[in-house]
Amino acid sequence: MSARTRSERKLAWMLCAPAVIAMLAVTAYPIVYAVVLSLQDVDLRFPEEGGFVGLDNYTAVLGSQLWWTDFFNTVFILLTTVAIELVLGMAIALVMHRAIFGRGVIRTSVLIPYGIITVVAAFAWQFAFAPETGFVNGLPLISDEMDWFGGRFSSFAVIIMAEVWKTTPFMALLLLAGLVTIDNQLYEAAKVDGASAWQRFTRITLPLMKPAILVALLFRSLDAFRVFDTIFIMTRGAQDTESVSILGFNQLISRLNLGLGSAVSVLIFICVFLIAFLFVKGFGTKLEEGRPGA
Amino acid sequence: MERGSRDYALWSIGIVLVLAFALVPVLWLISVSLKPPEAVTDGRFIPSEISFDNYKSLFEGGIDDSPFIKPLINSIGIALITTVIAITLAAFTAYAIARLEFPGKRVILAGALAIAMFPPISTVGPLFDMWRAIGLYDTWPGLIIPYLTFSLPLAIYVLVAFFREIPWELEQAAQVDGATPFQAFTKVIVPLAAPGVFTAAILVFIFAWNDFLFAISLTSSDASRTVPAALAFFTGESSFTQPTGSIAAAAVVVTVPIIVFVLFFQRRIVAGLTSGAVKG
Repeated sequence: MSARTRSERKLAWMLCAPAVIAMLAVTAYPIVYAVVLSLQDVDLRFPEEGGFVGLDNYTAVLGSQLWWTDFFNTVFILLTTVAIELVLGMAIALVMHRAIFGRGVIRTSVLIPYGIITVVAAFAWQFAFAPETGFVNGLPLISDEMDWFGGRFSSFAVIIMAEVWKTTPFMALLLLAGLVTIDNQLYEAAKVDGASAWQRFTRITLPLMKPAILVALLFRSLDAFRVFDTIFIMTRGAQDTESVSILGFNQLISRLNLGLGSAVSVLIFICVFLIAFLFVKGFGTKLEEGRPGA
Repeated sequence: MERGSRDYALWSIGIVLVLAFALVPVLWLISVSLKPPEAVTDGRFIPSEISFDNYKSLFEGGIDDSPFIKPLINSIGIALITTVIAITLAAFTAYAIARLEFPGKRVILAGALAIAMFPPISTVGPLFDMWRAIGLYDTWPGLIIPYLTFSLPLAIYVLVAFFREIPWELEQAAQVDGATPFQAFTKVIVPLAAPGVFTAAILVFIFAWNDFLFAISLTSSDASRTVPAALAFFTGESSFTQPTGSIAAAAVVVTVPIIVFVLFFQRRIVAGLTSGAVKG
C-alpha cells in the first residue's frame, strides 16, 4: 500500500468518524441498553424493586390482549395507508409527469403536505371531522350527527385520511423519479403497435418502475409502522385505536415502566427489521440504491 | 394542447383535484384561526366574521407567560442548530464517500440506510433514562442529539448524490490556471456544492421542525419543549373551553413560513427527496 493510499484512507476515516459516532451514539448503544432494560424489572415509580427477570417482560407483553390489538391496528393502518398512497401517489406522479401545463402548480401543491408538521396536519383534520367544530358533517351525504371519533373504525378512517394526506407527496415524488427514467420511445413504439393506454401502463410503466415502487413501498411501510403523531393527537389511543408506538410511549413515558416499555420497543425494532428483511429478501438488492426515508 | 379541447379540460380537472387535496386542510386551519371564539363551533368553512383574537392570545403575556413564544424559540433554535451540525458532519462524510477511496465506504452507506429505517420509539426509553442520569433531559442538546442521528442518513445520501455530480477536475484546472488551492476550493467547488448543501439543509430542518415523539418524551417544560409538543399541551382560557382557536392560530404561524419556503425552493426539495431513489 502506497503512502498516498494510506493517507487517503486516514483522511477518509477522519472525515467520516464524527457522523458515524453521532449515528451510533443514539441508535446502537440505546438499542443494546433497551435490550438490557427489557430483561429487568425497572419501574421508576418503584425504584427499590428491580433486578433481572429474564424474558418475563416479553411474556407479559406477548401474553396481553393489548399488544395484539395494537399490533393489529398498526398493521391495519400500514396496509390501508400504503395501498391508498400507492394508487394516489401513482396517479399524482403520472399527472406530474404527463402534464403539459401546470406542472409547477402541481409540484408546489404536492409539497405543501410534506412541509407541514404532522401534528399540525392531525389537528387540522381533527377539527374538520369533530362534530363540534368541523365542516365535514355539513357536507352532503354525511350525517350531521356522525361522531367520527366515537367509534373504532370511523376513527381509523380519519387517522388514515390524515396519514395519506401527509405522506402521499413523498410516495408520488419517489414514483415520479422512477417514471422519468423510462424511455419515451418505448411508449411510441407500443402506440404504433396498437397498445391501449392501459396496456402501455401495465406492460411498460409498471414493470420498468418495479425498483422505484419497491423503494417507495419499503420506506413508506417502515414509516407507517411507526405511526404515532396522528393517533396521539386525534384519539390518544381511545376507542381501541392505539398503535404499537403509542403503547411503547405509554409504558415508557406515562407509566415510567422502563422494563415493560423496553420490551415493547425491542419488539417494534424486531418487527421493523423483519419488514425490511422481507422486502430485501423478496425483492433483491435493488433497494440498497434507494434513499433513506424522510 | 389546445385550450377548450377535451384533454385540456381533463388535465385542468386533474390539476384542480390535486390542488384541492393539498390545500383544503391548510385553508381550513386558517379559517378556524380567524374565527372569533364564539364562532369556532359554527362549522363553517369560510368564517362569517374575522377576528385576530386567537393570534393575540398566543403572544399575550410576553415571553414569560405566553404559551407559544418559548416553544417557538425552542423550535427555531433546535432545528437551526441541528441543521448546521448535521450538514457539517454529513458534508465531511459525503466528501469522503464521493471523492476518496477507502474500505468501509459501503458499510457506512448501508449503516446510514439502516438508521433511516430505525424506529425512533425503540430509543426513547433508553434516552429518557440516560438523559435524566447525565442532565440532558429537558434541554436543547437533549433533543439536538437524537435529531442529528436521525437526520444524518438523509443528509449524507442527498450530499453524496450531489457531490458525485460535481466535476472535481475543475479544481485542478483552476490551480493550473494559477489559483491557490484555497481559491480553487472557494471559487470553484463551493459554488458548485452549494445547491446540494442547501437542499440537504432544508430537508434536515423540516425533519427537526416536524418531530413530535422525542419532543414530548425528552422534555417536560418550556425550557426545551418545541411547538409540536407544546400544541399537544395547549389549554383553553379556562378548563371548560377548548383551545381550538389558539391551536389553529399557532399551527398557522408555524406552517405559513414553511409553506412559503417550500414553494420558493420546490425544485431543490424535489431533487433532494428523490436523489438516489433510482440510481445512487
